[in-house]
Amino acid sequence: MSGFFEFFRVDYFDPLIEVASSYAADIDGLIWLVLLLVGFWFLLAQGVFFWFILKYRAQPGRRAEYIDGKKKRHKRWITVPHLLVLVCDVLIIVISFNVWYKIKMDLPDNPDGGVIRVIGQQWAWTFQHPGADRELDTDDDIFMVDELHVENNRTYHFELQSTDVLHSFSVPVWRIKQDAIPGRTITGWFRPTETGEFDVQCAEICGFGHGVMAARVWIEDAETHAAWVAENTPATAAAAMEAAMPTPTVAAAAAPGGHGGH
Amino acid sequence: MVEPAVDLTHGEAHDDHADHGPQGWLKYLWSTDHKVIAMQYMFTGMFMALVGGFMAYVFRMQLAFPGINVPGFGAVSPGEYNALVTNHGTIMIFWVAMPVLLAAFGNYLIPLMIGADDMVFPKINRLSFQVFFVSTIVILASLFVEGGGFAGAWTAYPPLSADSTYNLTDLGSTLWVIGVGLEFVAFLLGGINFITTLMNSRAPGMRAFDVPIVVWMIVVASILFMLSVGPLLAGAIMLIFDQTLGTGFFDPGMGGDPILWQHLFWFFGHPEVYVVLLPAMGVVVEIITTFARKKLFAYRTVIFTIVATGVLSFFVWAHHQFIAGIDPRMANIFTITTLLISVPIAELCFIYIATLYGGSIRLTTPMLWALAFVAEFLIGGVTGIFLGAAGADIYFHDTYFVLAHFHYTFFPIAIIGTFAAFTYWFPKMFGKMMDERLGKIHFWLTIIPFNMIFIPLFVLGMGGQHRRIYNYDQFPDLAGGVFQDMRELATWSLLIMLAAQFIFFYNCWKTARSGPRASKNPWKANSLEWTTESPPPHGNWHHLRMPVVYRGPYEYSVPDREDDYWPQNEPDGAPLQVVDDDTGEQGR
Repeated sequence: MSGFFEFFRVDYFDPLIEVASSYAADIDGLIWLVLLLVGFWFLLAQGVFFWFILKYRAQPGRRAEYIDGKKKRHKRWITVPHLLVLVCDVLIIVISFNVWYKIKMDLPDNPDGGVIRVIGQQWAWTFQHPGADRELDTDDDIFMVDELHVENNRTYHFELQSTDVLHSFSVPVWRIKQDAIPGRTITGWFRPTETGEFDVQCAEICGFGHGVMAARVWIEDAETHAAWVAENTPATAAAAMEAAMPTPTVAAAAAPGGHGGH
Repeated sequence: MVEPAVDLTHGEAHDDHADHGPQGWLKYLWSTDHKVIAMQYMFTGMFMALVGGFMAYVFRMQLAFPGINVPGFGAVSPGEYNALVTNHGTIMIFWVAMPVLLAAFGNYLIPLMIGADDMVFPKINRLSFQVFFVSTIVILASLFVEGGGFAGAWTAYPPLSADSTYNLTDLGSTLWVIGVGLEFVAFLLGGINFITTLMNSRAPGMRAFDVPIVVWMIVVASILFMLSVGPLLAGAIMLIFDQTLGTGFFDPGMGGDPILWQHLFWFFGHPEVYVVLLPAMGVVVEIITTFARKKLFAYRTVIFTIVATGVLSFFVWAHHQFIAGIDPRMANIFTITTLLISVPIAELCFIYIATLYGGSIRLTTPMLWALAFVAEFLIGGVTGIFLGAAGADIYFHDTYFVLAHFHYTFFPIAIIGTFAAFTYWFPKMFGKMMDERLGKIHFWLTIIPFNMIFIPLFVLGMGGQHRRIYNYDQFPDLAGGVFQDMRELATWSLLIMLAAQFIFFYNCWKTARSGPRASKNPWKANSLEWTTESPPPHGNWHHLRMPVVYRGPYEYSVPDREDDYWPQNEPDGAPLQVVDDDTGEQGR
């Protein structure tokens, strides 16, 4: 089965959308498999359909045949395709189970990237990054609104929450989508595999501002990410906030003195 | 077994009250004639289709040309955009597909096709339309109240739909739920009628397997509707309580659960797809057998298949919720049931294709619509497999791929199916023949733009474009470029398609003014509605004898007969006008 999978692990949607997570190619492979199977039946059915329409157009002097479809040799034309469709369904179900299990049911242990808390609210995403110690709910957590920063080739867990209505955390390049439900925490995981800057969507209608509930994810290599973490750990962030206060001299003094989150 | 002689007097008996119905405009308020009620449903539905189509025009203009002053509407705000997509979906399903396909054609065809003079509960039937009419007024009124129409999507997921501090449409959302609830009540009343009428009022000699497929389909659809709508009606009442009384059925802060609504909604919502699909598929059977001059391939298999589809349709609902936060193990179960339901539907499509084999096909306007239904619905069917496989749905959920998929099912159902039925039974309903040339122009100018609208939307969905966004400028990966080109292509196609509908209305107007008169049976079809006058009088067979049935409805091109059709009421070997009361047992 795995060799079968490898065959499909190709970037078929490249012109439309990038593959930027470890499991994106699995989903694309499943989609490709479904496309092959249903595409075959679709073309076959449409082909026969149009062929019959052309072939059996009314002609003077020719009478339609009388076939009630009760004879075994006639029914065969329905029952055999019908069983073959069933076989295709089973194949799709098996592959789909594999993909679904990998993404939604099997949470990899000890994520080397840490845990990120994703909080949806009307109409913004708040990302609680674990910071330099890769531990959530510690002093160096980095809170960002509509900005998600992750390190490439590291596995992350996410904890998805909502403070008001339903939202849906969706990152198309990762092929991940999960609804956020108020009152619950839903866990999931991702492993980015491509650096770059991509859209984060809210895919579930959440009111007036649903259309502007847009965030971005930056997938950075280790160096860039470390620099971003260093720059944004709370002490620095606090200093930056002070910089906005009417006493700029204090801020200028405080900024270099930040302890860098270590 | 009912003796034919028992009922043959019925036609005469009916004379007594034939002309006693309400006269003038009052007829349209109080008539209990199933044909008048059918017309009321149909014209209300068609009017609502124009409303829903106008909404589609407005939001597609906004998507193709963000910020434009849409002619006839003005600039579209985000809130208005959400209200437009919400009510477009609600209206097209509950106020177009349901009333036209199920109620209008169900009302019109069931008594005529089974040889009855009316529904068994004519007054309940009238009440059904009156409740429906009130629901129409409520849903239209909801668009104009303070705060605007409901804007939480036609699925109305709480907490957004349950709390006006979230949805900002206090009155609009409550009126929306009330309107939808009343609409359900109307169809419950109608459904009781359909089922009872088929059971009790069939013409003498008509056995279960002599009933035309479209009647079977409408009745099975009514049963599905009645079995599935209960939970949603309960949910709707809970939602109204949450909105107005401050209860917390769906509020996690008060111990409720928003996911509960999704189960109630989709437990109804998925069978609902088959509720509107089955009548359209039945219409297609009647048309392709008539114009291919063919007996339906495997009649009984069709019946068993639709029953199997109906049963299975109650076990697939959670495929709408794969990523909604349900237990991920459940997704596996619902993937199996969802893919299994492709088997009976594929089987129906195979049967339709097999029916064409060896036929003598005439491509009249109704036949074009019916064939287009099969061709287009196949696209809707196969794209559903992508979404039914939970693994692929992680990506496709709530994208334009979903949107394009269900428009490839609902457009063939609600628009193509309706035009097929309307053009096929038009001679019977109005006694005039429509213009074939205009009909075909209208057909092609609807079908080609339809594909040009939704194929680009499939591509957009594969590119990750998510739904219900009024302006993609906020999403750099989706704004501009090829994506915007495809949005514009879809919108231009929609404009062409909407414009083409004027041809249809012109054709109706022209036919009403100067169309040739239709004979009793212009298509040379077999079923009973073609044995009475066009249009049928009050009581259906007023001046004629009530029909007696000798065979099934699809006896076309029977060998050793001169005619290539054999009406259901024609006794074996005897000319049409001589009805021998003792031969009721023949032709079995």
